[in-house]
Amino acid sequence: MKFSEQWLREWVNPEITTQELVDHLTLAGLEVDGEEPVAGEFSGVVVGQVVSREQHPDADKLSLCQVTDGTDNFQIVCGAANVREGLKIPFAKIGAVLPTEDGKGFKIKKAKLRGVESFGMLCAEAELGMAESSEGLMELPETAPVGADFREYLNLDDTVIEVDLTPNRADCLSIAGLARETGVLTRTEVKPPLVADVAASIDDKASVEVTASDACPRYLGRIVKGVNVKAETPLWMVEKLRRGGIRSIDPVVDITNYVLLELGQPMHAFDLAQVEGGIRVRMAEEGEKLTLLDGQEVELNADTLVIADHSKPLAMAGVMGGEHSGVNGDTQDLLLEAAFFNPIAIAGRARNYGLHTDSSHRFERGVDYNLANTAMERATQLVIDICGGQAGPVTEVTAEDKLPEAATITLRRKRIEQVLSLTMADDEVTDILVRLGMDTETTAEGWTVKAPSYRFDMAIEADLIEELARIYGYNRLPTRVPAAATPLAKAPESRMPIRDLRRQIIARGYQEAITYSFVEPELQKALDPEREALPLLNPISADMGVMRTTLLTGLVSAASYNLKRQQPRVRLFETGLRFVPEADGLKQTPTLAMLVCGNRLAQGWSEQETPVDFFDLKGDVESLLARGGDASAYRFESAQHPALHPGQTARVLKNGEPIGWIGALHPATQKKVGVKQTLFVAELDLEAVRDIAVPSYGDISKFPEMRRDLALVVDQSVQVDQVFDGIRSVAGDYLTKLNLFDVYVGKGIDPDRKSLALGLTWQHPSRTLTDEEVNNSVEAVLAHLSESIGATLRG
Amino acid sequence: MENLEALTQQALDAVAASSDMAALDQVRVQYLGKKGEISALMKNLGNVAPEDRPKVGAVINEARGKVQDALNARKESLESEALNAKLASETVDVTLPGRAVQEGSLHPVTRTLERIEGFFANAGYQVAEGPEIEDDFHNFEALNIPSHHPARAMHDTFYFDAGTLLRTHTSPVQVRTMESQEPPIRIICPGRVYRCDYDQTHSPMFHQVEGLLVDKGISFADLKGTIQEFLSVFFERDLVIRLRPSYFPFTEPSAEIDIEWVIETPEGTKRRWLEVGGCGMVHPEVFKHVNIDPEEYTGFAFGMGVERLAMLRYGVNDLRLFFENDLRFLQQFK
Repeated sequence: MKFSEQWLREWVNPEITTQELVDHLTLAGLEVDGEEPVAGEFSGVVVGQVVSREQHPDADKLSLCQVTDGTDNFQIVCGAANVREGLKIPFAKIGAVLPTEDGKGFKIKKAKLRGVESFGMLCAEAELGMAESSEGLMELPETAPVGADFREYLNLDDTVIEVDLTPNRADCLSIAGLARETGVLTRTEVKPPLVADVAASIDDKASVEVTASDACPRYLGRIVKGVNVKAETPLWMVEKLRRGGIRSIDPVVDITNYVLLELGQPMHAFDLAQVEGGIRVRMAEEGEKLTLLDGQEVELNADTLVIADHSKPLAMAGVMGGEHSGVNGDTQDLLLEAAFFNPIAIAGRARNYGLHTDSSHRFERGVDYNLANTAMERATQLVIDICGGQAGPVTEVTAEDKLPEAATITLRRKRIEQVLSLTMADDEVTDILVRLGMDTETTAEGWTVKAPSYRFDMAIEADLIEELARIYGYNRLPTRVPAAATPLAKAPESRMPIRDLRRQIIARGYQEAITYSFVEPELQKALDPEREALPLLNPISADMGVMRTTLLTGLVSAASYNLKRQQPRVRLFETGLRFVPEADGLKQTPTLAMLVCGNRLAQGWSEQETPVDFFDLKGDVESLLARGGDASAYRFESAQHPALHPGQTARVLKNGEPIGWIGALHPATQKKVGVKQTLFVAELDLEAVRDIAVPSYGDISKFPEMRRDLALVVDQSVQVDQVFDGIRSVAGDYLTKLNLFDVYVGKGIDPDRKSLALGLTWQHPSRTLTDEEVNNSVEAVLAHLSESIGATLRG
Repeated sequence: MENLEALTQQALDAVAASSDMAALDQVRVQYLGKKGEISALMKNLGNVAPEDRPKVGAVINEARGKVQDALNARKESLESEALNAKLASETVDVTLPGRAVQEGSLHPVTRTLERIEGFFANAGYQVAEGPEIEDDFHNFEALNIPSHHPARAMHDTFYFDAGTLLRTHTSPVQVRTMESQEPPIRIICPGRVYRCDYDQTHSPMFHQVEGLLVDKGISFADLKGTIQEFLSVFFERDLVIRLRPSYFPFTEPSAEIDIEWVIETPEGTKRRWLEVGGCGMVHPEVFKHVNIDPEEYTGFAFGMGVERLAMLRYGVNDLRLFFENDLRFLQQFK
């Protein structure tokens, strides 16, 4: 909320500077977002009046005017379209300084425009730093005193302060409320303007029926007849509204807005001629239509409170008036409304229709339910003062039992101490509560407190303790460090800390990335075509429309981003959730994804520039899996994935269960994602990878190892795992190591076959193995492999 | 015997002339080998008169010893030369870069979170995590934010349907922990959160770290002390902090946390207050939702934006850098 500091000071005027005022408010929880002068820095500007106007002899769009400052006449050349004889305007005389962006000021000098001399300048609002932009000269009312200093005349030595109020402090959404708070904080007396009752001078009485009294416990209506809606809003009001961020529209709307800003009571004025039969406050009928003041037609829901007459809805209660029943140029008689609408009945309604108004903002947070009468009298008086007319008596329909009841709250001395670690003197507690307008009674244990009708946020003891802390000052409250009295933290060794995992990946040259969880639907589809990603109802933009079912979406995008920026070698990983809709509900799975492309090693003096392949990434993945201490739990199995290369893709299994994928992107996928380089990717279930074995010691054999190397020739289609499995199945219990140390294809070998060089090592835990035993094992291996996969010894 | 002297001199000259081990060995064989010339003299000792034998033998031995010494010395010298030559040939340019794998690094957000988790782990806090797609109850209702509460407007929420959303804060993890665990509770909840807001200073996804401590006798003073300590440890300097009253439906009293940020500029020292998070005492309504007796237990909670902390700590000036994943950015956090 924006407000004029001067206006506030009409109500409460502590002897502090603007900065001190701002600090007080901010440190009391009314955060000041900004403060700015209501006008730019300028001087030498007076109220002037155009005495005569004629066309500039040599320029179509310029006028030649005589302007008076009350003493002398000045010849002025002016380009504004609205300049005319008799008009009063801000007049910058020779020597005046107008505001500029750089703060240096612009000095007005005698000038020649198209051959005609000009002695000064007539000003628009923007030129005085009073508006962002403006069209034409600022027009001053006829009553403006010619010759008066313009700053003084408009009281421009003022600051607009903007407070960002939290939803609980609706009571401060007005000058009255801010003044009340300022009074409490600075211990200064608040002097509200006197609002006297306006006696009825006619008998016309608004007819009001309230059928929805839960939603509208109080409704006041009043007829004011014979108003001049074409009257001019007084400048002081226009200025206060402007400084409060509200544009002047017409005097009646300005008055209701003024009361809203001043007292915090949203009001509405109907054109009495459009009200058929009288006011009915009721819930809308489902589907009923209403055209609002802003011109849009809405179809009402049954949960919406409306102000209706006997045939149709007139306004959406507490949100916005209707176009048809609003005050217009022909309006003669008004029906003024001041009501209390229950926050529960208003909350969320405006938003449901895509609306948010000053009125709904206040009603859904809570407007003082005892304010309507004062506001009605205030508005009536202003209407009569500005637009004339005669007021009838106020019609009030109040369901006392439906009005909110101020909670009676018990405040315990010991609880204050428990929550704040502070023993606050009884006098101080009482003093703060009383200053806040609380009805306070002392009891043996503490106090019984009743909050004023404007404090909707006071319901329980904690609310009062917060108020005590706030007024006492958070930064004066005691500070201590809580004692650490907890047992040692559990840290299961069978679960790899994620930070260890990350460090290992980093050590292998990967850069951690963090990518958005919502991704572009097409890319998502390209990388995971068989799964339907969960769409957001209200995405920020179409390219963040669905939840990723794979982390690869983000990594591939990040790789593409970097490749486009001349990064020849990209290694990325990410950990995070992927979101997979499944038959039994949505799965949010912690996942690890890795991506490599470019050269195996960074360019250097001793390495060849070899592009990465499947086995670089596989090696990195295996190094992670090996950390579990049980590499044999994992297998890589040829598999097909629609986004991956059919011949370079494996499913990763742990104890037979699939836990992820590794492979090269399919050339078609590469094309879809717009990357030329081959990307190798892996995605693993993070929990499975982190689930590791606790080491368990086995005795070290004292007896010698026996090793045999075999060169086996098998068909190219035979996978190494088949060979390994075959060997392990027949090589006996004492085979302790099996490693592959060469794969050869080429000269000397059948072109359809390949040669595998294998090292087999045996060792017995408690004796020396004999040559014969080992030779028998080798024989068994050769026989078995010959039979099962057609393996032969290389000749 | 003149013969011997000449022979010895000849041998010594040959030793001196040997330029490598092979030549030297040849010299040894020629003079001292089994069939060597000096050895031959020794063998001929039988032809010498018996009474002269010891004398002649001694002379020959002396000559032999001389040659042997020369051989040894020459051998040593040749070996040393050879070693020096080998070493010289093996000299490398020690300023050539080492042959290393280029290491990656943590994302600055992770780096920041790991530090924070470390500080709190030392004080007995456990890390708690939870789902990012949440239900309305855990994200709002249980935190004392019923539907239509104006505070919902403070959270621009992404929805999937009326009751399912992307969590707007990590507070639902606090709720889930309190639902399943008896006090005392000390947790911190790091993670991704989402708000429907995107501009220069807002990202639709960002990270929060929240802390929760529930125990007997926990007060606002403990909260103030914890925040003060944490921020001082995090920024490694004596920071001035201030707590500013604010409003969150799930804490009361509630506060915004500001730190005084001091910047040295050519125009002098500038100070301004920067908001880094929110905090407060757990609201009794929240305790009721999770069946903790607010009379017996009190607690505090705080929450901070991780990107915000990382920006201040590392001088990052644009929030959007965190999610572009530009290697030239990421590699700066080694």
